[in-house]
Amino acid sequence: MAKETGIVGWKELALGCAVMKPGSASELKTGDWRSMRPVTDYEKCTKCGQCYIFCPDMVYRKIDEGFYEANLYYCKGCGICARECPVNCIEMVEEGK
Amino acid sequence: MSKRVGMEVSIAAAEAVALANVDVIAAYPITPQTHIVEHLSEIVADGHLDAEFVPVESEHSAMSCCVGAAAGGARTFTSTSSQGYALMSEICYIASSLRLPIVMAVANRALSAPISIWNDHADMMMSRDTCWIQTVAENGQEVVDLLFHAFRTGEDRRVLFPVIVNLDGFILTHMIEPIILPDQEEVDRYLKPYEPQMRLDPRNPFTMGPVGMPEVYTEVKKAQDEAFKASYPVILEAWKEFGDQFGRYYKPVEAYKTEDAETILVTMGSISETAMTSIDAMRESGKKVGLVRIRLWRPFPFDDFFDAVKGAKRLVVVDRAMSFSGGCGPVCVEVKSALYDRGHYPYIHNVLGGLGGRDVTVENFAEMADDVVRAHETGAPMGYEIINVRE
Amino acid sequence: MGIAAEALKDFKSFRLKELPEVEPLGSGHRACQGCGEILALRQVMKAIGSNSIVCSATGCMEIVTSPFPQTAWNVPWLHVAFENAAAVISGVEAAYKALNRKGRIDQPDVVFIGYGGDGATADIGLQALSGALERGHNIVYVCLDNEAYMNTGIQRSSSTPYGAMTTTSPPGKKSIGQSTWKKNMAAVAAAHEIPYVATASPGYPVDLMNKAKKAALVPGPAYLHIYSPCPTGWRCDPSVAVSVSKLVVQSKVFPLFEVIDGHWTLSRKIAKPKPVSEYLKSQRRFRHLTESDIQFIQERIDAEYEELLTRCGLKSDGGESKEEKKEG
Repeated sequence: MAKETGIVGWKELALGCAVMKPGSASELKTGDWRSMRPVTDYEKCTKCGQCYIFCPDMVYRKIDEGFYEANLYYCKGCGICARECPVNCIEMVEEGK
Repeated sequence: MSKRVGMEVSIAAAEAVALANVDVIAAYPITPQTHIVEHLSEIVADGHLDAEFVPVESEHSAMSCCVGAAAGGARTFTSTSSQGYALMSEICYIASSLRLPIVMAVANRALSAPISIWNDHADMMMSRDTCWIQTVAENGQEVVDLLFHAFRTGEDRRVLFPVIVNLDGFILTHMIEPIILPDQEEVDRYLKPYEPQMRLDPRNPFTMGPVGMPEVYTEVKKAQDEAFKASYPVILEAWKEFGDQFGRYYKPVEAYKTEDAETILVTMGSISETAMTSIDAMRESGKKVGLVRIRLWRPFPFDDFFDAVKGAKRLVVVDRAMSFSGGCGPVCVEVKSALYDRGHYPYIHNVLGGLGGRDVTVENFAEMADDVVRAHETGAPMGYEIINVRE
Repeated sequence: MGIAAEALKDFKSFRLKELPEVEPLGSGHRACQGCGEILALRQVMKAIGSNSIVCSATGCMEIVTSPFPQTAWNVPWLHVAFENAAAVISGVEAAYKALNRKGRIDQPDVVFIGYGGDGATADIGLQALSGALERGHNIVYVCLDNEAYMNTGIQRSSSTPYGAMTTTSPPGKKSIGQSTWKKNMAAVAAAHEIPYVATASPGYPVDLMNKAKKAALVPGPAYLHIYSPCPTGWRCDPSVAVSVSKLVVQSKVFPLFEVIDGHWTLSRKIAKPKPVSEYLKSQRRFRHLTESDIQFIQERIDAEYEELLTRCGLKSDGGESKEEKKEG
């Protein structure tokens, strides 16, 4: 816990305060930030890949059969994917609904 | 065994850097450092040194380029003075906090305004707190030797700090002095190839220079402070090994005829040699005067300094830069701090001289030594004076 | 054949459905929701890949990706200061060049990337950039242009467009907002006669990624100027970064082009341009502009676009252009 919040003793620091573990930001649940989340209707999805490449948080990944699935751990709910989907198959839904 | 040859000190410095087999040199010309970088670029152009000579467009970019190169794993060198040093100083703090062993030769020169290309220690004093190891050369041979020592010390895994070798602009850089340049084989015995502890490498990625939140900044500085203090024994060890191999031994503080001295003068840099001439004359006439020369400026050798001066009743500290604190010059501040902490309170007079290239003469040193005796005996308050001022 | 043309002669475009999976910049970063800048940076890094070293200027991208003790970077990354990303990456490149040549390492294909925002590139970092480009280092420099100093609170830069509201160019009784025209950094870079310059927008990801890849393949310096919407600073909805990134191109405000060995090439000819007013009305930072201000901007945009067409050896015409097809 202390290491994640940065509260470490001075002897535990890497040389020059370097951060040695690449990609460690992936521990942070930026999904906690959102108030809306994307919901994909896979009946309409054409697997075009635009939601994947337009996401600033790299939330989408390709799954079986070539569809794209959002990893809600990181999704900040910006709504870019819903707006850009050429077949309007992504809807932004309020959290808690 | 190499011969002693007369050569311009800047040329000798460049030759030393070439013998150290640096990988990247990024430098911007500024008087009086120019001959160092010019000769280095000649050495590279002629193929005698395999290095990237990066002719950057400013000193700020010079230090930035050195930081990038050192982070990439290269043995890196640059050189500057005065205004250029001021311009790159932003990055100097970063170089040391990132623990990159860059070596820099600073050809000490006054700071503007008015613009002055001549020698004093303003640039050295400006960057006291950058956390670079700093040594001060008194003559050409020392410049060469201290450069080898700089690479050796900075790159040591127990240190990993950047190092500055200070040499007086014009007074040293442009003088022809007798110099022994070691040959490549001798240098290779003293200076092993640089093996960085960490370097930017896609096969082993990490992040350098993150955001330091308040939760961590203090710890980073504490770690840096402890590491900087821990560099002191390694500095001495590297000097001892240098002496064992080359026969020239260096110490953080050099004492000259101080054994029974009642008055001790304190100097740094090339004026020390002038001072020694004056001390010799004073000793001839029976005065009990000695000289202490500071060779290691950072980390400041508090204990060595105390040991060297503790026998004297009076000190004259010669500063060659203004501090504008109204109290005393920058070296005198360090001296008083060193002695106060150790409960030792001699009479201390601070002389500010040799500013902007004005000479400090043999006669000046004799006057200083006499004046301080008089001041001490008549109970004059301690303080500072700028000498050789036309009223 | 020029240096760039030679290096690119077998270049194959990315395909939207077969993009590389690598993410050198990973999730968990602290960028605002809907940040167009980090989207652009993500696309650049995906195109170039993991055999790279990145030097960042101070700015939004640096702050949000490197909060100690975490980092969003999966490639080596170094941040030094605000104005020197180009000088720092020059140093890394020089080190690798020397170490490879001296046989101490065997890593000849690493790509050296320096990036900064518009402030770090066009203003405080202009000198370092110019020096790096002139010296010919084998680097890719990326300017992520969100048109103001966003990280410090939306202050104007020389890349802020005419009439835009920023906190140091606020509109008022005596001010229209930014009173100067946006500095043309792509032209500044091209004036250094480097082999590759390009403008790109994250609304056209395949085009952007192609350009990033080309920049990496071309030996010598390459400069990418990338439009990077900032919903926070531009006062628009977090979902519009991509649509605005398309609108800015379709309205000719930010044309997409390349300069390859000094030859200017238009990437997308806009046959039926959208009016500039549509673009300006999409962000609240322009809402104070009058009709006559907008007219002035339209005229200047039109004139600059004509000039660009001329440089590219094209004539303007009202007809359909073959390039106006959907990205796929």
